[in-house]
Formats: sequence, structure tokens, C-alpha cells
Amino acid sequence: MTATAFWTLLKRDLLLALRRRADVLTTFFFFVIVVSLFPLGVGPESDLLRSIAPGVIWVAALLASMLGLNRLFASDFADGTLEQMLLTPAPLGVLVLAKVLAHWLVAELPLVMVAPLLGLQLDISTEVVKVMWVTLLLGTPTLSLLGAIGAALTLGVRGGGPLLSLLVLPLCVPVLIFGAGAASAVAAGQDVQAHLSLLTGFLLCALVLAPVGAAAALRIALD
Amino acid sequence: MERVEVQRSGGIWRYAAPAAFYPLAGKLAPWFFALAIVLTVVGLYIGFFVAPTDFQQGESYRIIFIHVPAAWMSMFLYLIMAFWCGVGLVFNTRLSFMMASALAPTGALMTFIALWTGSFWGRPTWGTWWEWDARMTSELILLFLYIGFMSLHAAIDEVRRADRAAALLALVGVINVPIIYYSVKWWNTLHQGASVSVTAGSKMAPLMLQGMLIMSLAAWMYCIAVALMRVRAIIVEREAGAAWLNEAVA
Repeated sequence: MTATAFWTLLKRDLLLALRRRADVLTTFFFFVIVVSLFPLGVGPESDLLRSIAPGVIWVAALLASMLGLNRLFASDFADGTLEQMLLTPAPLGVLVLAKVLAHWLVAELPLVMVAPLLGLQLDISTEVVKVMWVTLLLGTPTLSLLGAIGAALTLGVRGGGPLLSLLVLPLCVPVLIFGAGAASAVAAGQDVQAHLSLLTGFLLCALVLAPVGAAAALRIALD
Repeated sequence: MERVEVQRSGGIWRYAAPAAFYPLAGKLAPWFFALAIVLTVVGLYIGFFVAPTDFQQGESYRIIFIHVPAAWMSMFLYLIMAFWCGVGLVFNTRLSFMMASALAPTGALMTFIALWTGSFWGRPTWGTWWEWDARMTSELILLFLYIGFMSLHAAIDEVRRADRAAALLALVGVINVPIIYYSVKWWNTLHQGASVSVTAGSKMAPLMLQGMLIMSLAAWMYCIAVALMRVRAIIVEREAGAAWLNEAVA
């Protein structure tokens, strides 16, 4: 029963996202534009760009993921669907997980997919691009999971969007450090196993704990 | 009816009721303030006039008499705040949430003082206002966490929801603080950037240590006094119109 609820909600959210493509594209182009702004801001020297590229792409991904997060529960909250979800016999944490997964597939996965292209634009080697791609793949779900807690806490709150970033960004620091750090490490010829293990560890912890936290926050919001 | 029952229940638990805690906090706060002033005077006297000059850092080391107590308090206060948040979420006691809200601004202030004085110390000693050292970076992130707690609380109009949402955020933060600290620490060693060590002054002269400990006690007393004063203000704000409050204030 729980699995049915999970898949049903996942399919529903993906379908809804497909019908509202503009939202997804906004986040996607925000990411691309932010990364493209850096060469204009710091200058076109390829040595400099190469050294800051993984960090720039990671920070841009972090900011872009904040952009879409406040929509995670907002429409369901507005039309009362969320209240019905709280009343279903399926555990709320599982429903949250389904929503986060749908959000990640729609809003974050395209960023991860286009990131190598932006990496090449900033002149980083294919080896570094590969590592960066893997870290984004491992790290962005953690960002979405942490963001779900923030989205639930700021549900229906005035100034929700910027507030959400204020709450969630400090919590994302470890992911950013090891995500961007892995690419820098491989560029310096170091081993990246530790970075990848830590990122996987963060992801697993967030997978277990964040849905519980977000569910608790939703209950507080709809109390 | 409910209030009468709370008043009658015995022991220390009766002070979980704002009506019982309000006068107690009023009685205690001046004592803590007095202690804070006496300890600060003694601590600063030792720190500025009695303690010897450091042979490496000269006079600039004396900032530790402010800096170290502030840094300790900034971290303790977050833990205490998270503790009250946890108590509030579990037992649903209003006073716990009020306590947490009362502690947050003081915690943020202490974090800010620690960063500010650290920067003043860093300029003559390390030759830089800011170093992306593990402790400084995690202290900065701690400041962001305090600000997030206060902003979330301020953004929600309904007090009960604001209390509980901010409490949950504080608990999420408290799980994250060690992860952030170690991440920043490892990040720093990976980058091999900072060649300066904060732990250089481990062989501390006894007088320096005494001055620092007295100043830490003073910081404790100050924080307790201010938190009590602030929690009284919060009680007055939230219980406005209650019969007991009219009697107490009149």
C-alpha cells in the first residue's frame, strides 16, 4: 500500500510538472545564465576559469535548486491536496520522499545533465568533468532533501522564497565542500574516493532523516 | 482552571508555567546581572593589568579575555536553545519555546562578538582580517543558523506555529553543526591554505587562564541575566490580557 502511494504520487507530480514546463525551464536557464556570468565577471583567462569552474558550477546548482524549492509543497498546500495527504494512511515521510524525488527528476537532473557542457565551456578537462558530474549526481539529491525541510517550514509564510534560502543554504555547506572539493582534488591529481564516500554518506543520512524532518515540519505547518 | 492546577503541582515543575516563572525570573535576573558586573570587573582587571604580556603576541593576545568567552557562549547557547526547543516539542510547554526565543538574540550577539574580536586579533597577529580557518568558518555558519532561526520565527505570525517551526529548524541545525564543523575542518586541511594554528597558545600562564575563566563565568552570568529579562518581556507580550499578568504588573 505504501509503495502504491509512493508511485502514484511520483507519477502525479511528474505529470503535473510536464504540464507546467515553464517552471522547470526557468530553473534550468537560471543555472546556465549564472554560470555564464562568471567569465564576464572575473575575466576570460582560462587558467582562472579552470580553477574556479567546479566551485562556480556547484554554487550555481545550489542557488538554482533553491529557486524551485518553494514550489515543492506550495500548490498542494494552496488547493488543499496537502491536507488530504496528511490524512492518508501511508506514512507522510514516504509521500514527502516521492515528492522530493519527482522534484529532483524534474528540476535538478536537467542541471546535472547540462553541467558537463558548462564545464567544457569553462575549459576543464574531461577527467574533472566526469568527477564533477558524479558529485553533482550524488550531491543534488541531498540538496533537494534538505530543501524539503526548509520548504515545509516556510510553507505559506510571507517572504517564503528568500527565507527558504536563508534557512537551507547554511545546511548545504558540507555537500558543497565535498562536491566542489572532489573536482578540485582530481584537478590537483589527488584521490577522490574520500569525497565520493562522504557525499554518498550525506545522501544516505539525508534519505533517512530528511523525510522525517520534512513530515514533522508539514504537520507543524498544517496544525 | 488549568492555571490553578499548574500552580498547585509541586516542586520545580511549577515554574514551567509562565505565571510562576515570570516573578521568579524577575527576582533572579538582578542577581545574575550583579554577578556579571562583578566578575567582568575582576576578570578585565586581571586580563588588562595583572596578566603578563605574551612573549610572542605582545599585548594583542589580551583580546582572548573577550573573544574566548564569547566563542564558548555562542556554541553553548545554540545547544541550550536546541535543548529547550526539543523539550518544547516533546512536552509541548510554552515556556520552553519562549526560553529558546529569548536565547537566540544573545547567541547571535555572542557569535558576532567572537567573529569581530577574532578579526581584530587576526589583523596584527596573522596579518589578515579574515582567514578561512575551520573555526572561523564554522562560527560564521553558526551565525547564519542563528539568523535563520530568528528570521523564521519572525516570518510566521501565528506564535504557536512560529515556535514549533523554529524549534524544528534548531534541531535540524544541531544535527548539522558537527557535520559542518568537520566538513570545514577537512576542507581546510585538503586545501592546505591556512598555515596558522589557533592552538599555539596552549602553554598559557596561570594568570591568563584565571582571567579567561573569570571572564567566561561573567559571560555565563550575563547571558543568563539577559535571557531571563528577555523571557520576561516575551511572557508579557504573549500573555497580554491574562488576569495574573495584570495583577503582577499593577
